[in-house]
Amino acid sequence: MSAHIEADTVRPTRSWKLSENTRDRVISVASPVLLLLVWEIAARTGLIDTRFFPAPSSIFETLVTLSSTGELWQHTAASLQRLFIGFLVGGIPALILGIIMGLSRPVRAIFDPLISATYPIPKSSILPLALLIFGLGEGSKIFMVAVGVFFPVAINATAGVREINKIYLDVGRNFKASRWDTFRTIALPGALPVIMTGIKLGVGMGLVLIAIAEMMGAKSGLGYMIWAAWETFSVEQMYVGLFVIAIIGFVLTLVLNEIEKRLVPWKR
Amino acid sequence: MIQALAKKATVRDDVATESQERPAIRIKGLSKRFGSFTAVDNVTIDIARGEFFMIVGPSGCGKTTLLRILAGLEAPTDGSIDVSVEAGSQRPVNSMVFQGDSIFPWMTVWDNAAYGLKMRRAPQAQIKEVVGHYLDRTGLLKFADAYPHQLSGGMKQRVSIARAFANDPEILLMDEPFSALDAQNKLLLQEELLRIWEENKKTVLFITHDVDEAVKLGDRIMVMTAQPGRVKTVVPVSLARPRDVLELQQNPEFGKLVHQIWSSLREEVQRARELDEAKGVRK
Repeated sequence: MSAHIEADTVRPTRSWKLSENTRDRVISVASPVLLLLVWEIAARTGLIDTRFFPAPSSIFETLVTLSSTGELWQHTAASLQRLFIGFLVGGIPALILGIIMGLSRPVRAIFDPLISATYPIPKSSILPLALLIFGLGEGSKIFMVAVGVFFPVAINATAGVREINKIYLDVGRNFKASRWDTFRTIALPGALPVIMTGIKLGVGMGLVLIAIAEMMGAKSGLGYMIWAAWETFSVEQMYVGLFVIAIIGFVLTLVLNEIEKRLVPWKR
Repeated sequence: MIQALAKKATVRDDVATESQERPAIRIKGLSKRFGSFTAVDNVTIDIARGEFFMIVGPSGCGKTTLLRILAGLEAPTDGSIDVSVEAGSQRPVNSMVFQGDSIFPWMTVWDNAAYGLKMRRAPQAQIKEVVGHYLDRTGLLKFADAYPHQLSGGMKQRVSIARAFANDPEILLMDEPFSALDAQNKLLLQEELLRIWEENKKTVLFITHDVDEAVKLGDRIMVMTAQPGRVKTVVPVSLARPRDVLELQQNPEFGKLVHQIWSSLREEVQRARELDEAKGVRK
């Protein structure tokens, strides 16, 4: 008897040895699947109120319907387009201003107080102002995204440049790099890792703001779709909107991570 | 007042007509003050063309400041520097090998070494040839596409040396380039540096706190005083070239010179320590 127990405890733990990583991956796939399963069962057995938490299967059905009519794609495309244009409109000036602020003390002295004063304003609270200035059309939506992207990119670009070891700027001066060369070959690449963090934060913020902006006076977009679903009490459609926004956020993170890997190959 | 003094100070790198007779670098009454603190005080020295000139001194004696003024990174408060450039020369006046990590982490070894040439818009063919040559001479050619984080400390410093040489300046400025390296790597790099230098005998200004290094590499050694940094003495090194840094250690002349420099330096190091202790500064 005791011999048998011994043999058992000595058994090699090979199945665990190869799996630390695999096991984590399996768990991270299994846990949401399990959650959906529990949700489905709870909804069908009436454990939860399906007026608020419709069964995943019925949400999926709505998703299929909405995408087959093309309605979902139309809203998704509208949101993505605003997100993209807003990202450029807010991100490019932020990048340039941020880097120049990092390089030049006087420029920093001018803009730092302005940014510090306006940054804490909740971006969503300026939506009425944006509607007033830009009207109900595309302008106000793009503006909101641009505002969301602007701050984290500008602030991170400044910080990124200021964190560059001064010795690199000395090298630039010693090797007679022009102002433009200094910007192009030292400030921009040196600050890029920190800038990428700012861009990721900015895109996240842009996604939040586009959803909010589209709920007010828009005729298209995922935010509008969610809002319209509330008005018609079509809860499944609301969930579809949330789901698609989550997917967009997830895919954008993957894309930005990939871009970062290509742009910043010198970081391990 | 300070501004008036600053205006008087000049760094001239204009073309000399009789460049052969003139020293490569003529430093006259050079001073640098930061507020009430005098870093460099009235340094006057001529450095000949093709000379390997060493500067030793206790830390904080202003030797780095002196080199930074020569590199155009600081303006002198007083005095002048004349760098004589051969007539019609297109070459840059100076290139610096910095202390510590100064190669760009975001550029490959090749792009780092090519930096100076690219900044002055040298033709592609020239960049290819010159950079290839110096990477080869420093044993880095097969790491041309590597990024600095993939290199050891010694290799990074070799990139920095290749970058300065590839820029083909009139004078090379070296600010304790080997101070962060271990003894073995240091020896190898000293050998390599001498070998590359023998090819074209550029004028070199080399700062070190390592007396052995000063004697191994230099034609003359200038000892600087503790704050403020003045010229204490200039010792010629008559060891024959080309030198073998390993063999030198057995040379009695080498030992005598090291001893001589050390005796001169020791007083200053002692004094620098007393100055620091008086200020309550711990180094």
